[in-house]
Amino acid sequence: MSAVDYLLHLADNALVLGQRNAEWCGHGPVLEEDIALANVSLDLIGQARLLYQLVAGRQGGGATEDKLAYFRDTQEFRNYTLLELPHHGPLSGYAKAGLDYATTIVRNFLYSALMALLWEALEKSADADLAAIAAKSLKEVRYHLRHSRDWLVRLGDGTDESHARTQAALDHLLPYTQEFWAGSPAESAAIAADIGVDPNTLKSDWDTIVDAALAEATLQRPPLGGYVPEGKQGIHSEHLGYLLAEMQSLARAHPNGAW
Amino acid sequence: MTTALKEWPLWEVFIRSKQGLEHKHCGSLHAADAAQALDMARDVYTRRQEGVSIWVVESKAITASNPDDKGELFDPAADKIYRHPTFYEIPDEVGHM
Repeated sequence: MSAVDYLLHLADNALVLGQRNAEWCGHGPVLEEDIALANVSLDLIGQARLLYQLVAGRQGGGATEDKLAYFRDTQEFRNYTLLELPHHGPLSGYAKAGLDYATTIVRNFLYSALMALLWEALEKSADADLAAIAAKSLKEVRYHLRHSRDWLVRLGDGTDESHARTQAALDHLLPYTQEFWAGSPAESAAIAADIGVDPNTLKSDWDTIVDAALAEATLQRPPLGGYVPEGKQGIHSEHLGYLLAEMQSLARAHPNGAW
Repeated sequence: MTTALKEWPLWEVFIRSKQGLEHKHCGSLHAADAAQALDMARDVYTRRQEGVSIWVVESKAITASNPDDKGELFDPAADKIYRHPTFYEIPDEVGHM
């Protein structure tokens, strides 16, 4: 494991969540939200591109951002499992069973709260290229946090229906955040090289952000426990394969195509 | 908890561009309240770097003149060209004005 794997982890997080959120494009609950969420997706895909370009440059041997995004398979992706889950609860059938906005918002909130802290810490990375990407991404993710937190409070402290759906989404998704703190060989290598940040140094700040928002939203923090996902080590849920199949199909049907 | 709205009110959006001094009306959107209208205006109307500042105002707060009154309101100004400062000779030293 090397620091390049850490960059891939950051890039895959951004790409997979960007692709997931893009599923709302044209299906948003209102026009304004449709555009807002597409903006979030484009920010994330922009972050992924910068990181993949950095990785490709360092790997050499003909690596490109497109090859990294479109020609790696499920087990080579290093994103958190949380980010590949579909926009609905665990027992809703197949991935397109229904798009639940509460699930979308809770996930974006939990991830943005982490990234607002992580990108800020990575601004001081010994890797100057990564520090520059962190500075750009920090501004973007602060808005993502503002957007998702605002909706979290509105939905949680909203109608009985919106409260129940947001609480259900939180109960479903919060256990997946245990992966944030679990550590991985790639993170250890990056921390040792002073390139990456130990996520456990961010945990108490993350808890503060999450608990304050949940209190405002009148939501109960569910207990943790159970399986700790290992997406960042390439062990994914069944959902990532479908997401990649849709995202990669065009590039794989027309290899070396340019558009 | 407040009463749930069946429909969101309409808001008018004003954006000040980097070069401009004034906020210009650029469109409208639906939002639940002022804070949300501001965020949505950012997402809908400033995606191409149009602005550095946003105002939103609920559309119903605007009192507009009646188009039917156009004649009595605006036509009387039509023949008073002396109100335009176009009859002054500008000295060359002033340059472009």
